[in-house]
Order: sequence, then C-alpha cells, then structure tokens
Amino acid sequence: MSAQAPTADLFRSEHMRRRRIVNKVVEGVATVAALAAVAVLIIVVSSVVRSGWDAINLDFFTKNQTLYSGFGPRPASGIANAIVGTLIIIGIAILMALPVGVATAIYLNELAPRKLANVLTLAFDVLNGVPAIVLGIFVFVFVVVGHGQAAWKASFALAILMVPMIARSTQEVLALVPASMREASLALGAAKWRTTLSIVLPQAVGGIVTGATLATARAAGETAPLLFTTALYSADTMTYDPRQPIPSIPMFIFTSAEQPDPVLHQQAWGAAAVLIGIILIASLIARWFADRSVQRLKGER
Amino acid sequence: MTDVNYPVDVSVQKPEERTEQTEQPAGLSQAIDPSLLAAKPPAQTLARDRVFSIENLTAYYGNSPAISDVSFEIYQRMVTAIIGPSGCGKSTFIRCLNRMNDVISGFRTDGRILYHDVDLQGRNIDPVGVRRRIGMVFQRPNPFPKSIYENIAYGPRILGLKRDLDGRVEGALRRAALWDEVKDRLKQSALGLSGGQQQRLCIARALAVEPDVILMDEPASALDPIATTRIEDLMHELKRDYTIVVVTHNMQQAARVADMTAFFSISRGEEGQRSGVLVEYDDTKTIFTQPKDTRTEDYVTGRFG
Repeated sequence: MSAQAPTADLFRSEHMRRRRIVNKVVEGVATVAALAAVAVLIIVVSSVVRSGWDAINLDFFTKNQTLYSGFGPRPASGIANAIVGTLIIIGIAILMALPVGVATAIYLNELAPRKLANVLTLAFDVLNGVPAIVLGIFVFVFVVVGHGQAAWKASFALAILMVPMIARSTQEVLALVPASMREASLALGAAKWRTTLSIVLPQAVGGIVTGATLATARAAGETAPLLFTTALYSADTMTYDPRQPIPSIPMFIFTSAEQPDPVLHQQAWGAAAVLIGIILIASLIARWFADRSVQRLKGER
Repeated sequence: MTDVNYPVDVSVQKPEERTEQTEQPAGLSQAIDPSLLAAKPPAQTLARDRVFSIENLTAYYGNSPAISDVSFEIYQRMVTAIIGPSGCGKSTFIRCLNRMNDVISGFRTDGRILYHDVDLQGRNIDPVGVRRRIGMVFQRPNPFPKSIYENIAYGPRILGLKRDLDGRVEGALRRAALWDEVKDRLKQSALGLSGGQQQRLCIARALAVEPDVILMDEPASALDPIATTRIEDLMHELKRDYTIVVVTHNMQQAARVADMTAFFSISRGEEGQRSGVLVEYDDTKTIFTQPKDTRTEDYVTGRFG
C-alpha cells in the first residue's frame, strides 16, 4: 500500500466483490421473508373470505341463529346475536383490562423500584404466555362453578389475558418518553401523578392504543375461555344482558364446525370472515383516534 | 419583597453599551475581556438580601459524594453564576436548590440549604411546593409536545391559577421576550420553534407560575451565539424581579451576566474519591480579576478546565 493513488479505493474492485454479494444476499433474504409473511396473511384472509362468501348476505347480519332440526324448509338464519354478543364480551373485557393494564404500566415504569419492576415485568411476560384455556379453567373454578355462566365472566377471563399485553406494550412506550419531559413538569411544581397523567401518558397514547388493539384482536378470537364461561346460551335469541351467558362469534364458529351440516360449515367460515372484519375495522378506528389525539396534543392541524 | 435600591443597576444596560466605559481592571484576566467586568459594582456596595444560605452541603449519589461541604449565600435579585470544570458538581448543586435530585434514587444530602431561613430539606417541606417557588430551566430546551399556549398554560393550570389564563400566558411570553415572535401562532406546536425560541419558551413557562428564584442549568449551551445573547439579555431583564442562579461552562457568559460567581472544582478525598468543592465565591469582578485562590486563577485564565 505504499504508492497507491488516493482515489484507488473509489473504484469497483475484486476484493469488494464479496461484500457486494453478501449485501445483495442479505437484502434478498429480508425481502423474501417480508413478502412471505404478507403472502401468508393474504392466503389466510382470502381463503376464509372465499369459503364463507356465500354465507354472507343481509340475513347473516340481521337474523339470529336458528335451531334447524334437519326436516322441512330451512329458515333464514344469521349470526346477529353472536356479533352483538362478541361486541359486548370484548367491550366489557376492554373496560376491565385497559385501566388495569395502563395503571400497571404506570406503576412499573414510573413508581416501582427498579428491581421490583424487573421481577414484575418478568411475571407479566410469563402471564402473557399462559394459554387461554388455563385462564378459562381458572375463571371457571373460581367464579363459574356454583354460580353459573355469564358473559361478564368471559370478559373477566379475556381481561386477564389482555392485561399483561396492554401493560407490557404501554410500559415500553412510557419508557420512550424522555426524562426531560418529566423534569420539565416537576420543575413547574407539578406533583408526580399530575406529571404522569398530563405529560407522560398523552405522549404514549399511540403506543397504548396499539397495544390495546393487539390485545383486543387476540382476545376477540379466543374460544377456550368462552367454553367455560358463556357456552350455555340460547342460540336463537338476542341477549344483551352480560349477567347471562350470551352467544359469540368464536363459539358460533366452534359449534357450527362440529355439526355435520355443510350450510353451517359455510356459515362458520362466514362468521370467521366477519370476525376478521370487525377486528380490522376496530384497529382502523383505534389508529385514527390515536393519530388524531397525538395531533391535537402537538397543536398541529 | 422590599424595594432595594441598588447603587449600580447593571440590569438595564446591554452588553454593547457597557463595553464603551472601559477601564482596565488591575488583574490577570487574559481569558476574559476586561471590559465585560468594568461596570460591575464592587462587592461591598451591593445591597444583599439572602435568598439561600447553603451550610456545609454534601450531596451523595449512593455512597460517593458529588459535592462536599459547600457553604455560601445567594442573594436576592442578582445573577449568581456557578462555574467550574466538568464533573465538579455544578449541576448537582443547582438541582439541590429546588430538590430536583429527589427523583434520583440513592441521592441524599447532608448539611442545610436555607431558603429565606427555611431548611429545604426539612421534614415538613413539600418538594412540589419548593419547585413551584424555585423554577428551573434546563440545558436542552424541553418544551412539551403541545401548542405554545398550552406549554405556558400548563403550570398555572395545575396550580389552580386559572383566572385570566390568556393574560398570564401573554405576560409570561412578554417577560421572556418571545411574545412578538409567537403571538400569531400560539396554537401551533412548540416543537416548530427554533432552539433559542424554545429555550425562551421554557423560561416563559417557568415564569408563568410566578416563581421567586429561577435556576438555569447551562441554559445556552445548546444554542448558537445569537440565541445565547438573547438569553443573556433576558437574564439582565429578569434579575430586576427574580433571583437567578445559572450554571455555565462559559466563563465569558459568567462574566457578562453574573453579579456573583462561585467557582467549583474537583478535589480528591483521603481515599482518592473525587468530589466537587466550592473553591471561591465572590463578586464576579473579583473572581475574574483578583481571585484569591490559585485554582480559580488557573481556571479563569484558561490554564486548565
């Protein structure tokens, strides 16, 4: 390397070739992996929609399920009461899980001593991995046995599932709020709770909504806890009372798929498509709401 | 708040005006333009009302002291500068004055900090109340990601000062010399302001809760020279109504803005642990022209630090 021209390194050369190839390979693998993930999503959604498409019509959304005996003309049936039931169960579950999850995250990130916070965080990660059926049995043993089933008990089981997810995702976004924001607020004579509520939480709204949406999406499709808590419903009536067992989309899918009836199979696919649609719409609304509140916070129009 | 009549009021003079009346001070300052110091009133002629009396203050992070045995007094409606090399505990010290270090786990202090003769570390003292009276401006501008208006209104709102909030916001922005620049865009994000404007916004935010003292921790270190000048001019204006304590790395800045200057340095204890100590405290002119301690002399003449 004695008398090399200062521009020598600028030209494409043989010993740089390997680097270029490695670079291309890595880029290629990453791109293929991303495309594969999207492809799987498209295949799953499209096959669900294709299989259920013929079941989806106006009656499907407006009529309740029917108890068809297999004789005589088949009455028009739908999943109206299951859709309403799922919305009620999930709605109550969010009302239970969101405040607890966010409060837990605030405790872990803002208040708890570091060591305790680490232990609790680990505990939540473990709870996050507990299968839904275990939570279902837990709720069954403690609140269903001897008291009967009820929709709110399903919500309770799902809330147990959602709390660690919401808490962990909220905790992560709270940690991203700069310490200088907390200092600025404290230095104005704001108490800690005030700083957390007025300064820290609003900056974390986007992440909280994302976490809550993910948790909701997961809970909305869970069937196991529902089996224990809200399975003994009357399928042909609309029920709004969460103190009663009420029908739900996952339970409808589960029970219909077990029947030796191709029409019900098709309706099960249709119900799955509706569930995906509900989750998609809920995610978009949550996203839009979060974006709007972030913008309002920043004072930009 | 008695109306003390200062023999020489530097606060209304702009730096460039002061440079005209140059007289060569007898001293050794080579790093500092002597003209900066010319108009400073001699120490003994300044009327002094104590705001803080710091008595044997030692502050620890865990077991190691960050500052050791600091004692001095800070006077009302003056700018007091804290200067010294990196790691000498300047920031630790200033954050003790409004109990900002409370949020750091493992932090504790020995000694006393008397604020108008009340011990700030006392058992029945509410740190939240302390910070309401003793405001703080930080090294990096840290406006909330809210509108300009909401940034200022936040403090008064949480303290229940909700009457005439618009007037209060305007007053704070005017005192921070920012009103004319932002009056047409109060609803816009504070993050759209320049760094210098953001720092003045942070000063306005601190003023909006009507503090008695304003602590500034290297308020201009992240700013360009023009923005720095504006902050310094602002300090001259503000000291008519407020007591200001400013930490600075910049000796010229201390010479320009401060009435009193405290020089901190690093000392090694018996076991070799480093901690910050107060080397010398005097009126700024004396610190920069006739320091009594050779360490101060070395520092202000640029021989170390």
